Amino acid sequence: MRQGKQTYLLDNKVYIQSAYSLAGPYEAKGNFRQYFDCVMQDDEWKCKSHEMAEIEMQRFVIGECLAKVNVSPLDCGAIMGGDLLNQIVPTSFSARDFHTPFMGLYNACATFGEALALASTLVSGDFDKVVCCTSSHYATAERQYRFPLELGTQPTPESQWTVTGSGAVLLSKKPGKYPQVKGYTIGRVLDFGLTDPNNMGGAMAPAAANTIVTHFRDTGRSPDYYDMIITGDLGRFGRETLHYLCKKEGYVLDNLNDCGSMVYCEEQKAGQGGSGAGCCSLVFTAYLYKKLIEGSLKKILFVPTGAMLSKDSALQGESIPGIAHAVIIEMED
Amino acid sequence: MEDKQYIEYVHANAQKSAHVMTLVWAFLVGGVICCIGQGFGDIFALVLPDWEKSKIAALVSMTMIFLGAFLTGVGVYDKLGAKAGGGSIVPITGFANSVASPAMEFNKEGIVLGMMAKMFVVAGPIIVAGTVSSVVSGLIYWIVGLFN
Amino acid sequence: MDIFLGYVKAFAIGGLVCMIAQILINKTKMTSARILVLFLLVGVFLELVGVFKYIENFAGAGITIPITGFGSTIVKGAKEGAKIGLFEALTYGFRNMAAGLTAAIFFGFIFALIFKSHSKKV
Repeated sequence: MRQGKQTYLLDNKVYIQSAYSLAGPYEAKGNFRQYFDCVMQDDEWKCKSHEMAEIEMQRFVIGECLAKVNVSPLDCGAIMGGDLLNQIVPTSFSARDFHTPFMGLYNACATFGEALALASTLVSGDFDKVVCCTSSHYATAERQYRFPLELGTQPTPESQWTVTGSGAVLLSKKPGKYPQVKGYTIGRVLDFGLTDPNNMGGAMAPAAANTIVTHFRDTGRSPDYYDMIITGDLGRFGRETLHYLCKKEGYVLDNLNDCGSMVYCEEQKAGQGGSGAGCCSLVFTAYLYKKLIEGSLKKILFVPTGAMLSKDSALQGESIPGIAHAVIIEMED
Repeated sequence: MEDKQYIEYVHANAQKSAHVMTLVWAFLVGGVICCIGQGFGDIFALVLPDWEKSKIAALVSMTMIFLGAFLTGVGVYDKLGAKAGGGSIVPITGFANSVASPAMEFNKEGIVLGMMAKMFVVAGPIIVAGTVSSVVSGLIYWIVGLFN
Repeated sequence: MDIFLGYVKAFAIGGLVCMIAQILINKTKMTSARILVLFLLVGVFLELVGVFKYIENFAGAGITIPITGFGSTIVKGAKEGAKIGLFEALTYGFRNMAAGLTAAIFFGFIFALIFKSHSKKV
């Protein structure tokens, strides 16, 4: 059911039946160390290359997510997901091991939000079960967007650290004591003209602010309707900027959090925090999902954010457009 | 849709580099690397007394490049670079690092099309700039020589 | 004592050159390839205008070990070649690059065969 301009509330109940998280070795030393379902001892994971490791990560996470609730991949209507690499190789290649229909998505780091929105619509419609999965890997993203790993470069203080990790959720019609996807606000691509590829938080904050403000206007809700508004990977500076931008529009977000700023702890010196398509899916499946099941969080607005840049677009002097999708997730008593 | 006000806000509020400390590190590491080079120069001059000065200098560069490439290989140079920044980029060891690191990185795509083809993704500009400036300066000297 | 002073000078000037690079990195967000090209061209320029040899006499390795030294050897070669003829003027600069380039390519190749790149640690 459409609400206002960009928001849709689902007609039927969509449950998040299962969630599984896999964290890289450095994420496992961060703030959520006790929440991860599985931890990689090293980031090559006995694979020949980091790219192959990322394929293996997604394959493992999807498999475990289904195995946890004894669902066969054959029973799923579709696997949906994406990642940051060219031609979304890890997701597409991991899907070849399951005999399940597959839809590849790309919205940079906001892919998980896009996947949740689309998958919940499908499950609210005729699909019975849909898997959403995203991943990112520090070494593959570094090669794709920046420099060779061994090059002696200095990270700038605005830069973020790509999270090595992956998370998968299973959306299903099957009722139970699970969190539900209630609806979503699809964001617009917004570009305020920032060109520094190191400062992605600043580039994404306007898109996140636009999506969140549109969400409140569309639904008529106020920020305190939610226990937590949690963005994807804005980083510390991006989070402050988002707070400032929303305040300018008349919404004070006191319950604002950011997966990227939370994933690493202070001693790890990871600049502004984590980023990557796997950042929000990892934090959601590891931490938020468990808190929702537990009942300590009831209603959250989950807003994965993405910066749509490529190495070439940055070199050609293009500015960095951002996108954000807001997903309403609630736990009913 | 460019928003000047927002860009200004970001520039004013984004975190700046921890200025002084990065400069101190760059100074110290850069200085130490140059002293190591000086040391090799002195040793080679002692061991090879009949070599001319320019040959010794070339040998010193080669030794430093060897060291830079080796430290890159064992995974030390990137850690040094994260701390020292310019201090490890500008010395000739940094040039070696910028050749060896993509070679190692792209080795997975095969030796010919991966490592050999992509060895100069970072250092290529340096070779091009060096070659072009060598031709230009050669021409200048040659033309100047015509009038003398 | 003279030798010791030589090291102090090399340390100071070498450190200073690197510090200027760091200031540029902090202020302009230049990446390492740009920094290297810029300093190479600075070396070329200093040699062309004839200032380089004075700095070299003072600082020794402090100016020749940074990539500026690479730039200066290129110009030195070109200058030498120009005394012989046009062909030499155009090619002797690259001849002087040979030592550095050969070492970089050869050792880069060898170490890439032996070692594998690893992720950085947070």
